[in-house]
Amino acid sequence: MSLSRSIVTDVRPRTGRWTELALLVFAVGIVILAYVNVALATSGTIPANLVAQASGFLILVLGLHLVIRWRARYADPLLLPIATLLNGLGLVMIHRIDIGQGLEQAEGVATRQLLWSALAIVLAAVVLYYLRDHRLLRQYSYLAMATGFVLLLLPMLPLIGHEENGSRLWVKIAGFTFQPGEIAKIALTVFFAGYLVQTRDALSLVGTRVLGLQLPRGRDLGPILAAWGLSALILIAQRDLGSSLLFFGLFVAMLYLATERISWVIIGLSLFAAGAYVAWTLFGHVKERVQLWLDPFQSGLSDQVAKGLMGMGHGGIFGTGLGEGYPQETYFANSDYIVASFGEELGMIGLFAMILLYALLVERGLRTAIGAREGFGKLLAAGLAFSIGLQCFVVIGGITRVIPLTGLTTPLLSAGGSSLVANWIIIALLLRISDHARRPVSERVPEAPHPAEAELRASTR
Amino acid sequence: MNTPIRRLAVLVFAMFATLLIATTWIQFVQADELRDRPNNRRTLVENYSQDRGPILADTTTVAQSEATDDQLQFVRTYPAGRLYSHITGYYSFTYGANGGLERSRNGLLSGTDDSLFYKRIVDMVTGTPPQGAALELTVDPKVQEAAENALGERRGAVVALDPGTGAILALVSHPSYDPNELSSHNLSEVDAAFERLGEDPAQPLVNRAIEGDLYPPGSVFKLVVAAAALESGEYTASSTLEGPQTYTLPGTTIELPNFEGGRCVSSDQISLADSIRVSCNTSLAWLAGQLGAGSVREQAEQFGYSQSVEIPMPVTPSVYPAQVSAAELALTGIGQHEVRVTPMQVAMTTAAIANDGQQMNPFLVESARDSDLDVIDETDPRPFANPISSETARALRDMMVEVVDDGSGAAAAIPGVEVAGKTGTAEFGSEGAAHAWFTGFAPADDPQIAMAVIVESASGSWSGQSGGTVAAPIGRTVLEAGIGDE
Repeated sequence: MSLSRSIVTDVRPRTGRWTELALLVFAVGIVILAYVNVALATSGTIPANLVAQASGFLILVLGLHLVIRWRARYADPLLLPIATLLNGLGLVMIHRIDIGQGLEQAEGVATRQLLWSALAIVLAAVVLYYLRDHRLLRQYSYLAMATGFVLLLLPMLPLIGHEENGSRLWVKIAGFTFQPGEIAKIALTVFFAGYLVQTRDALSLVGTRVLGLQLPRGRDLGPILAAWGLSALILIAQRDLGSSLLFFGLFVAMLYLATERISWVIIGLSLFAAGAYVAWTLFGHVKERVQLWLDPFQSGLSDQVAKGLMGMGHGGIFGTGLGEGYPQETYFANSDYIVASFGEELGMIGLFAMILLYALLVERGLRTAIGAREGFGKLLAAGLAFSIGLQCFVVIGGITRVIPLTGLTTPLLSAGGSSLVANWIIIALLLRISDHARRPVSERVPEAPHPAEAELRASTR
Repeated sequence: MNTPIRRLAVLVFAMFATLLIATTWIQFVQADELRDRPNNRRTLVENYSQDRGPILADTTTVAQSEATDDQLQFVRTYPAGRLYSHITGYYSFTYGANGGLERSRNGLLSGTDDSLFYKRIVDMVTGTPPQGAALELTVDPKVQEAAENALGERRGAVVALDPGTGAILALVSHPSYDPNELSSHNLSEVDAAFERLGEDPAQPLVNRAIEGDLYPPGSVFKLVVAAAALESGEYTASSTLEGPQTYTLPGTTIELPNFEGGRCVSSDQISLADSIRVSCNTSLAWLAGQLGAGSVREQAEQFGYSQSVEIPMPVTPSVYPAQVSAAELALTGIGQHEVRVTPMQVAMTTAAIANDGQQMNPFLVESARDSDLDVIDETDPRPFANPISSETARALRDMMVEVVDDGSGAAAAIPGVEVAGKTGTAEFGSEGAAHAWFTGFAPADDPQIAMAVIVESASGSWSGQSGGTVAAPIGRTVLEAGIGDE
């Protein structure tokens, strides 16, 4: 009798919250160890404020964990621990490079990054708390589009636009800089998901077959051409290869997901190739990036790639150990090149672990997409996950000479507030969608009808 | 929509796999190549920031690494300043390990030498920071200081050897430099010092004792000619040579005079021993012609001319010209024409005479010890060559004793000690400018020290300085310092 009883009670699906908590404590533990390691290697002492800082960080992520328990009980249990570990390790490395550059803790980049981490994690909690159902976002597809475009164009405006290291990616208001492109990435993913879910039938079914490929109608080419034009605009006006590649790649991937037509990928890649070729012939900085990709040690050109490679080579298989290399020798050692810094001090093995963490993060995102019960959720989750994967590939691939170097932040790791906030919001959205996907039928929130569908129902009545 | 998502997942994995391969390529396959790139500042810093072994002369530390709190962790200092600069060389972050032992024994000092392999493994296991080996010099600080002070502000060089072992007792080259200026961590000051030293026409960075432009040996080469004569079996110390007031160079009308013009002795006939004692030009020029270029050159090469010697710094081979006319042959007999030597070669020649004809390999490093003071490398005295018989050596020694007793080298005499020596006044250029030489050993019957000194001409024209007046007193001071020891 007791047997059948237990079967009945066990039917309640596992939420994974205890797994999440255990992994979270483990992740924070690794971060604390790394922090202590840096202090021991550089000054021989344990940091004085260790307990305060460690418990502050732990309370932050535990707070988010509690919000998940409360508002997204069935969310994927791996997302938060992975994001915490990456964010924490990033903080440690940024702190380590502050030391290398002789910056005091108070004026260091790490302190600012810690404040940004707190803000980003709180914002993630706010998103989870208020956004009870990600499908609500679909109603704001076109608003998201407008927001995304405006955010992308902001740095080009006079007065507030701000240029750093040859790229015009920042907005500076009252001494406070922000990189709106990072938030635009989310807004545009929301828009792409909303737009494609609506038009996928037209984009996938109509068209003529040529050589076994289903080619779209001419008028359906509009959106892809628009996305292409937008990325070209970013490339020209902001001189930012990375964002340009990221937006276009993301759009093509989502277009393929929505239509399941390989022809879109081929069209996308052709457009990209054409754009890249034109950029290569027209712009000196693009040409230089390609030259440095082919031979990073060319004299007379920037030695940025070379310095990163020499740093990674210095680390070898096992790395120098945290605090024992010279990552500060590399330019942007705590932002664009933070991966090379990890390669130097944690070695090939450590870098493998970090790349696999990203792979795992993207995999959980794509799994969420597969589990999602409606098209918008699928597209949004897959798009967000892919954007992280593509961004990692573009930036790490640029450092390791898989592709020419383009400036992008490494998600969750690099110094930079905007990037951190954007990526934690992506984590929150993935948590929300995965909660929806894994929630048992009995506990589901009734689906809020899409306004268009409601209208349709009303009109047919 | 799940199929394309799965395909996208495959793409994402392919992308991450590419990153893993690229990382492996850089950090495993290419790592060594990247580390060895010439402009790799990390390797520079890493190499520079090791605890490099000290260099010791007896109980004096002449080079050491001191801990600093900057990025480079250690700064190389030379407590004796200029005194040992041409022995130690300098260790500069910007310009590397250069000159002297810093360069020649870099592997031992930095701890990367193969002989330290076992020690490195032990250090790695026990977690001890790696440390380079300590070098113990053969240099006797007393002789080194005596040579330094005796040479004073004048340009030139002093080499002193233990003739029985080849151990280098002193190695001085003037002008010298302060290696601390080049090893400092104030890189802009280092740059300025390096530029100043490099542009100085007196070439303070060149170790005149073993390298540089080489010197005409002048009359100190007469020892080689005399050795060739004795070794030929056709001459003895008392053999009579032609020694006129002037000697007409064969095939020319050029008259070669003696030093200060007059006759060497009262007649035109002079013994070999007297020729050396008074440093007779005409008789030695005549003798060289009798012996022939082949014989003189062969004797010179047996003494080490044209051969490479490492002490461990490479010594530039001294030169006896390959082709000479009869007139030129006569001039080589008095160490002129194109004969060129290092002070080290002159000292080695004298040391061979002092050591019964057995020439020892000169060496500067007695032993190398790891940080636990275990000896990892010890230099055993090694014969270099056997250029002359002991009979020849004895005959030459007797002639050289006469030089100091009653000849051109009287200023080298030490009361109560029998000193053997030979002076030289090597003319160069056309204005009659001359470098002053003295080479000798003491005590003559039980040599403890053999030495050579050259004092460069103070000006481009004849300044009245000769080997006997300028160099011999320095020889005396150095020899005295060397024999006072035992």
